[in-house]
Amino acid sequence: MGRTTTTVPGAGAAHDRPVGWRRFVYATNHKDIGTLYLLFALCASLVGTALSIFIRLELHEPGLQFFTNPQYYNVVVTAHGLVMIFFVLMPALIGGFGNWMVPLMIGAPDMAFPRLNNLSFWLLVASFTMFISSAFFGGAPGTTGAGTGWTLYPLLSTKGHPGPSVDFVILALHLAGASSILGAINFITTILNMRAPGMTMHKMPLYVWSILITATMLVLALPVLAGAVTMLLVDRNFGATFFDPQGGGDPLLFQHLFWFFGHPEVYIMILPAFGIISTVIATFSRKPIFGYLGMVYAMVSIGLIGFVVWAHHMYTVGLAADVQAYFVAASLVIAVPTGIKIFSWIATMWGGSIEFRTPMLWAIGFIFLFTVGGVTGVMLANAGVDRVLQDTYFVVAHFHYVLSLGAVFGIFAGWYYWFPKMTGYMLSETIGHVHFWVTFIGVNILFFPQHFLGLAGMPRRVADYPDAFEGWNYVSSIGAYVAVLGALIFFFGLAEAFYRKRHAPDNPWGEGATTLEWTLSSPPPFHQFEVLPRIK
Amino acid sequence: MRVVSQYIAIAFGLAVLAGASHAVAGFGEPSPWQIGLQHANTPVMDSIIGFNDVLLYILAAIAGLVFVLLVVVMVRFNTYVHPTPSKRTGNWPLEVAWTLIPFCIVAFIVFLSFRLLFFEEDIPRADLTVKATGHQWFWGYSYPDHGNFKFYSEMLNDESRKPGQPRLLAVNNDLVVPVNKVVRIQVIGGDVIHSFSVPSFGIKIDAIPGRLNETWFQATREGMYYGQCSELCGMNHSFMPIAVRVVSEQEFNAWVEDAKKKYAQGPASRATKTAGLESTGANE
Repeated sequence: MGRTTTTVPGAGAAHDRPVGWRRFVYATNHKDIGTLYLLFALCASLVGTALSIFIRLELHEPGLQFFTNPQYYNVVVTAHGLVMIFFVLMPALIGGFGNWMVPLMIGAPDMAFPRLNNLSFWLLVASFTMFISSAFFGGAPGTTGAGTGWTLYPLLSTKGHPGPSVDFVILALHLAGASSILGAINFITTILNMRAPGMTMHKMPLYVWSILITATMLVLALPVLAGAVTMLLVDRNFGATFFDPQGGGDPLLFQHLFWFFGHPEVYIMILPAFGIISTVIATFSRKPIFGYLGMVYAMVSIGLIGFVVWAHHMYTVGLAADVQAYFVAASLVIAVPTGIKIFSWIATMWGGSIEFRTPMLWAIGFIFLFTVGGVTGVMLANAGVDRVLQDTYFVVAHFHYVLSLGAVFGIFAGWYYWFPKMTGYMLSETIGHVHFWVTFIGVNILFFPQHFLGLAGMPRRVADYPDAFEGWNYVSSIGAYVAVLGALIFFFGLAEAFYRKRHAPDNPWGEGATTLEWTLSSPPPFHQFEVLPRIK
Repeated sequence: MRVVSQYIAIAFGLAVLAGASHAVAGFGEPSPWQIGLQHANTPVMDSIIGFNDVLLYILAAIAGLVFVLLVVVMVRFNTYVHPTPSKRTGNWPLEVAWTLIPFCIVAFIVFLSFRLLFFEEDIPRADLTVKATGHQWFWGYSYPDHGNFKFYSEMLNDESRKPGQPRLLAVNNDLVVPVNKVVRIQVIGGDVIHSFSVPSFGIKIDAIPGRLNETWFQATREGMYYGQCSELCGMNHSFMPIAVRVVSEQEFNAWVEDAKKKYAQGPASRATKTAGLESTGANE
């Protein structure tokens, strides 16, 4: 940490620089908080992955093998979804890489509100603690834990779960929501006010754009979730009947509110991955991004349209035909900006000089998997076809292709890309390549057959299935074990890098890496850009 | 690189196969290693399969184009064969083209999609109405046009299942309907939200407390057709199947006469009915 390349000697002396445990508990430095977020996401991903393995072990063959009471299977499915969304993908993509890279990429010394940043992280830890606690309190009669699905639909989450576990989940969501809103306000303020001189909005790196759009969506969407789960809390504990028809309420009201948050939420998870992929592809093609303005406004329009398509999650609830027709048309329109992004990535590589370093493999894998997830999304957007696919494994396959594979591949691309910058050590290319191929093959064996299961009619969130679904479930489970092997290789690669301590140069990726973080040392100084860089 | 292209070929082949494979599936239930939709047994499901096939070819072509382009750039523009990158950062005509052409494809899909949607949603004049109520964790069926008798339908466990009846799908009392008649089915939830679904009829409609939903089907072939609850509803969500027996009109009338006597006293009381929570009486 002693090496500085761009700071003026002595300029950082005025800043407090706590050491030991204080450095992280009292952290206000964006890089330390980013590291905390990444470590947090890494720990939570172990929990989320373990839960998914329980699911695949249970579904490995017909019958109930591990969950003698299928309610506990529902609890595991619920926890897997919530952990992966709120405690792995969002912290890694937004809190982790966002905190680390946004100030570096816009030439700012730190985030706008460093203490808010600290609060934002520690609220998330409190939220996770609260969420884990929910597993140990009563849920459905005679069981513990919330088995409501991550969607928390009433009346299953009200009358169906009389115990307090659902209250714990609701309060965990409140804390996670507050954490995200604080973080989002911080990002928006930082990006709008603290760009280096000369960095106009249209010169910002695409990853910064993606975080700006994501943060705006968070600020608009999360309060709606907070409202919905507060109404749920009041229904559960204080005799309100917002969602209970016996008191004049409507269970569908919750679904509308939930998905008004829930659909923007899926773009909140994928947009930062878009930003990372754009950065990585431009770097390793040694070519600037193709159609920069198109890319920016494709993301903006995905963010906007994302707010007006929510009821495509609700085609089977009995919506009027005209309402369904509107949501079909609006949802399908999203395919256009998404297509712009895919074609622009390919056009960026076209004419380039592509180096197949590890981050680039993950980025190309991302395009492949995201395209599969994208076209199955086009199928699901059609209410007429969704009639047979809603709540089947086809939906599970679709959203795992875009999130589990799309967003996670984005995270790994970012991880392999920025690891040298963050730690000062190089990861092994060989181990990275092996990690990529094992994961890529594993996840496709895992999720591709789930399309077939869904088309054939297998409902999601079932602990046991008719015998006809045995074959593809068996294949899918094998894929899960292969994917876990990939995760082990990842951790091995991590340990190897810290053991070997291969020194990373300031810019290990060559002339294609043009963003400001590569002008700093690896790792960057504790406080960077005390003399602001000028952008031509 | 070869691995990539082989994989793409396999995935692409499977996708195309999926389009053609519904013909080999079982009539009213899934079959082992099935990779496509279930066989159609109603005009609605026929239309869904027709639209789905068109959609699948369009989407396979788009995905195929992306994969081909990816392989081409990896082969032609890697650093070994193309060491000097071009500096091109945009091309307006190209960018306008890849915005407008997808937009036209989307408009075409929307047109076909609406046709299917409104065919499904315009319920024709019904020959009879049946009502399904979702409970934790079984279905209740009543026949308002035939004296409103009502009975419960529960999954058969391993002991009570006869040979040939599919596990997790067969029930004690089937929903019985006549062949070739337009059946309007009204669906409601008795406690939490469930979902009534018969894949080979192309129907799925949520059973929501306090809300009477309806849809329709016209089964074109006699036989057994199975579906499963399709909304997470608690512990035994996996174990509340839907079994529809489609019979000739004479058989149906005979069954109705029997059922009227058998269920005259209302549905047999059930020990498991109150496990979990009480049903909301207003909805029954």
